[in-house]
Amino acid sequence: MTKEFKRQDGRKPDEIREISAKVGIIPNADGSAMFQSGKTIAIAAVYGPKEHHPRNQRNPARGTLRCTYNMMSFSVTDRIRPGPNRRSTEISKIIEWALEPVVMLDKYPGLVVDVHIHMTQADAGTRCAGINAAAMALAHAGIPMKDLVSSIAAGKLDKTIVLDLDKYEDSEFEEGEGSTDIPITFTGDGKLTHIQVDGHITTEQLKQAIKMAREASKKIYEVQKKALKDSLGGGK
Amino acid sequence: MTDRQIIIPGEKIVDSGDFLPGEGTEKRTDGIYALRFGLAETSGKLIKVIPLSGVYSPRRGNVVIGKVEEINFNGWRININASETAFLSLMEVPRYVNKDGLDEVMDIGDMVIAKVWGINKRGIDLSIKSRGLGRIDEGIIMEINPHKVPRVIGKEGSMIRLIKENTGCSITVGQNGLIWITGNKVEDELFAKKAILHVAQKCFVSGLTEEMEKWFKEEKGK
Repeated sequence: MTKEFKRQDGRKPDEIREISAKVGIIPNADGSAMFQSGKTIAIAAVYGPKEHHPRNQRNPARGTLRCTYNMMSFSVTDRIRPGPNRRSTEISKIIEWALEPVVMLDKYPGLVVDVHIHMTQADAGTRCAGINAAAMALAHAGIPMKDLVSSIAAGKLDKTIVLDLDKYEDSEFEEGEGSTDIPITFTGDGKLTHIQVDGHITTEQLKQAIKMAREASKKIYEVQKKALKDSLGGGK
Repeated sequence: MTDRQIIIPGEKIVDSGDFLPGEGTEKRTDGIYALRFGLAETSGKLIKVIPLSGVYSPRRGNVVIGKVEEINFNGWRININASETAFLSLMEVPRYVNKDGLDEVMDIGDMVIAKVWGINKRGIDLSIKSRGLGRIDEGIIMEINPHKVPRVIGKEGSMIRLIKENTGCSITVGQNGLIWITGNKVEDELFAKKAILHVAQKCFVSGLTEEMEKWFKEEKGK
C-alpha cells in the first residue's frame, strides 16, 4: 500500500521520539524521576510506604498503590483547567493497573504507596511517559518490584503502523482511516501489563503493532536503567 | 562478577544456581534476580541487595530515635520515621510506672532513644530496657538520610569516634537517621552537627575519615 509513508515530523514508522530520563529530581520525596519523550515531559514522585488514610480504605491483606495523574495547567497551549477531571481520574486508575503487576505490595499490608505524576509538558503519549517515570520513581523509593515497566504507544495512521504518536498524529490526523492510538506497557522481559486501543484496527495489525512496540520498549528500558544507575554513580 | 554492583529491580545478578538468594533478591529458573534498587553484595554464597534510597525500614536490634506521638493506656506510640509508627509498651520500661502517670515518664512531643525489639504483622515494638536508652532531656537532635548512617558511623565506629574526639560531644546515631548530640556548650553541639552534615554530604568520597581529619584541622584553625 503506502510504501513511502511520510510522517509529519519526518520520523520512520518505527522510530520513537527522542527520550531522556533522570532519577532523584525531588529531594523531599522518597523516590522521584523525570521522563521525557519528545515534547512530553512527566515527573513522578513516590511517597511511602506509609500509613493509609482514610483508614477505611486500607487493605489489611496487602499494600495499596495509589496513583494521581495530573496535567499542569500550562502543559498544553490552551490552558487546561487545573484539578482532577474525568480524564485524569481514568488515567490515574490505568497507571495503577499498569504498575500493579510488578510492584510487590504484599510486603506492606495495610500501608499505601503514593505515586504523584505530573505532566509539565504534554504532546500526546502522556500516560506512557507517566508510567515510565513512575516505574523509575518506585524503584528509586526502594519499593520491591518484580521488574521495571516501560510504556510506549503504538498506533495506526491511515493504514500504516507507527510508533509513538505525537499530538498532531493523535488528534489532528484525519486522512484515510484516521488515526488509532494503542498505548502498551511491557515489563523488562517483554510481558504485557497494560494495553488500550482507541480507534479501529484489525487483529493482524494489532499483533504487528505489539511486536513493534515491544522492540521499542527495550530502548526505553535501557534509558530507564541507565538513569537509575547514574543516580547512584553521581559522586563515585 | 565484581564484589558490589548497582542493580535495578528485575535485573539478573548471577547466573548459576550455586548462590543463595538473600534479602531483596529472588531465585528464578535461570539465576538470581534483584527485587530492589541498590547495591548487590555477595558474601560467601549469599547474595543480597543493600537499598540506598527510600523509607527507613527497621530491623530487630536497631537503636532508633523517635518522637512520642500518642499515649495509650499501656504504652506510647512513637514516630521513628519508618512507614509505620512504633509502639513502646509499659512492659518494656525498666521501672515501675503508675498507670495514671504515663505522661510523667514521657509526654507527647518528647524524644526517646529506643531499641527495636520486634517486628511483626501488628507493627514495630520498641524497648528501653538496655543501658543508654530512654527519654532525651538535653542536647540537640538532627536528621540525616537513614541510608547515610553507616558512613557517619564509619568502619567500626571510626568516623563517629573522630567527631566525638574533635568536638567533645557525646553523640548517639539512631539507625533511622536521627542523631542526638550533647556537649558542654551549644557551640560544641553545633560544631558536631556541622561536621556530621559535612560527612553526610560527602558520603560518596572514599577515604572520608582522613579527609575529615583535615577538615577538623582547617575548621579549628579559623
